[in-house]
Amino acid sequence: MNQKKSKFLVSCLIFGYAFLYIPIFLLIIYSFNYSPLLPVWGGFSTRWYTRLLESPEVWSATALSLQIAFISATVATVFGTLAGLALARLGRFRGKTVFTGMISAPLVMPEVITGLSLLLLFITLWQLTGWPEQRGMMTITIAHITFAMAYVAVIVQSRLAGTNQALEEAAMDLGAKPLRVLTDITIPMLAPGMMAGWLLAFTLSLDDLIIASFVSGPGSTTLPMLIYSRIRLGLKPDINALATILIVSVAIGVLVAGWIMLRQQKQRALLANQ
Amino acid sequence: MSTQASSDGESQVDYTHTPWLDPSATPFIQIKNINKQFGAFTAVSDVSLDIYKGELFALLGGSGCGKTTLLRMLAGFEKPSSGSILIDGVDMGGIPPYERPVNMMFQSYALFPHMNVEKNIAYGLKREGVAKAERTERTKEILNMVELAEFAKRKPHQLSGGQRQRVALARALIKRPKVLLLDEPLAALDKRLREQTQFELMNIQEKLGITFVVVTHDQEEAMTLATRIAVMDKGNFEQIGTPAQIYENPRSRFIASFIGSANLLECTVVEREGNMYSVSQSSNSQAILVEYDGDLSIGANVTVAVRPEKIRVEKRSAVSSAVADGHNQLNGIVKEMAYLGRLSTYHIVTENDVMIEVTSPNQARYRDGNHPIDWDDEVTINFAPQSAVLLTE
Ligand SMILES: Nc1ncnc2c1ncn2[C@@H]1O[C@H](COP(=O)(O)OP(=O)(O)OP(=O)(O)O)[C@@H](O)[C@H]1O
Ligand SMILES: [Mg+2]
Repeated sequence: MNQKKSKFLVSCLIFGYAFLYIPIFLLIIYSFNYSPLLPVWGGFSTRWYTRLLESPEVWSATALSLQIAFISATVATVFGTLAGLALARLGRFRGKTVFTGMISAPLVMPEVITGLSLLLLFITLWQLTGWPEQRGMMTITIAHITFAMAYVAVIVQSRLAGTNQALEEAAMDLGAKPLRVLTDITIPMLAPGMMAGWLLAFTLSLDDLIIASFVSGPGSTTLPMLIYSRIRLGLKPDINALATILIVSVAIGVLVAGWIMLRQQKQRALLANQ
Repeated sequence: MSTQASSDGESQVDYTHTPWLDPSATPFIQIKNINKQFGAFTAVSDVSLDIYKGELFALLGGSGCGKTTLLRMLAGFEKPSSGSILIDGVDMGGIPPYERPVNMMFQSYALFPHMNVEKNIAYGLKREGVAKAERTERTKEILNMVELAEFAKRKPHQLSGGQRQRVALARALIKRPKVLLLDEPLAALDKRLREQTQFELMNIQEKLGITFVVVTHDQEEAMTLATRIAVMDKGNFEQIGTPAQIYENPRSRFIASFIGSANLLECTVVEREGNMYSVSQSSNSQAILVEYDGDLSIGANVTVAVRPEKIRVEKRSAVSSAVADGHNQLNGIVKEMAYLGRLSTYHIVTENDVMIEVTSPNQARYRDGNHPIDWDDEVTINFAPQSAVLLTE
């Protein structure tokens, strides 16, 4: 009975993971397919990768995506950290619960809505102030900052909630003014969380299609947008290669973020045992 | 405690130094009618206290009585709801923690996990703007004092509990504050290390002459360390005095049973002759004589408190005639007995059914293992009228 049950569970598991990962593996495998016709295996080759590297379109989209991801992750980390700090350290105030809940709302908001609302914001702003004249890299970056910030804030806040406020008081007791306490004690304590937040924000920005589509303008095509537009013209193997590269870089980002958080959890457990 | 009377050097402590008895002495720390509310809850209620320079003052009390809250108000982490605190004549109201002449050793030590021992200790000097060379010099000096020189480069999590505690102490001491606040400094240590560290603390305090305010819930620790003790209960001071005063002259039933242990007998006054009161537990029970300096009328309800070690116990068959003169003498039966090596504890039920605890030193060596007084033995206990205290609160 028990064994049957576990067999059932194991097959569920295998089916689930297969469902998740077989498409991705297929994509990776086909990216090394010599034949330009998708379902036909024409032998192993890296020619689509070479072709990819020769396409100026791909290069510029990649550069744009990386720039946006880098800037938005960095800015989101700074703002998100400040927001997390404020929420965790401001003490109790009226409506704190509401604010805390609201900061994580962008995490569950459908991207279509986030994208649409940001587009509306930019249009309104343009009408009122004449800025932004053109939608493009700037607007995409701002859009990515707003939603990545929420992730960073949540990570920082949870990290702070688990730390000992006595450390900050001890620093203050030894003569550190509040700003000094922040740079000497709080930020170093938060560094792993901020790092994880940055990587997460970077990855999120790198693979966002929907929000970017809403707020981008002519001439500013990010990598996911490029892939999507090419696919609409028909499945081509060089897109598989591009997607493979994207998958690998996103996977690395998520793994490193996960590893940092795991290490930080272990450290915290160590300190808690002091 | 005052055996040495040496006059050479300033580092020697003056055990007869009792500024709290001198009405003209100015207190170093003045706590005036301090009150602290957390919402509707009163954590510290309207307390006043003077602490003098060079004292090692202990705040003693059970969990949740407001000790930490009071200490945090001294350090500046908590703002009093009303009242004021003066340190060295300066009103601390509105002065932030980083500008107070006070350092604190935290209950959890609060060592900075990302800095090594040396950096942790030097942090206060760095913030003070002390030059690097002097910083290094003073850090080395204090590392030697707390015997941690070889651990200078270690991170806090690589240290034992006792070593961490010494780092925390060194870090709080290095700025040579006017006042050092210690919140249960030794709570995390085992008994042996705790006793050893208690003496280290006292030595350091004597050497540096810094005023210490120590929070503890361990009454033995308070008795060992302190020049004076304030016993707290529910946000109030129950009694303030030297360890001996508090132990020998408890002001209330709470103090008598909180500090050490005491037999508490509910009685009424039946007779008085000068300062010798005769009290009894009920109309038909034997009267107990107690010397008391206050003024009580016949019929007043009082509690007699007698410490277990101030009572002598003897087998009834072997009562020596030398004892009796003027002492209270009661007959009873040993109901429980615990041999603790150094001393033995007896629970004796008297003829009028009251349980009395007696401890007595085991002066003779019982080579055959047989205790001279054993379970169910008929015994006589006696104590002097001066050994008991009358309590009215
Ligand atoms: N920030 C706070 N908000 C609300 N109540 C508090 C706060 N800090 C302390 N209290 C309450 O004040 C009372 C006194 O707390 P305090 O920490 O001073 O106790 P303590 O004497 O140090 O006890 P312990 O020996 O357990 O450390 C407690 O009942 C506690 O719950
Ligand atoms: Mg406490």
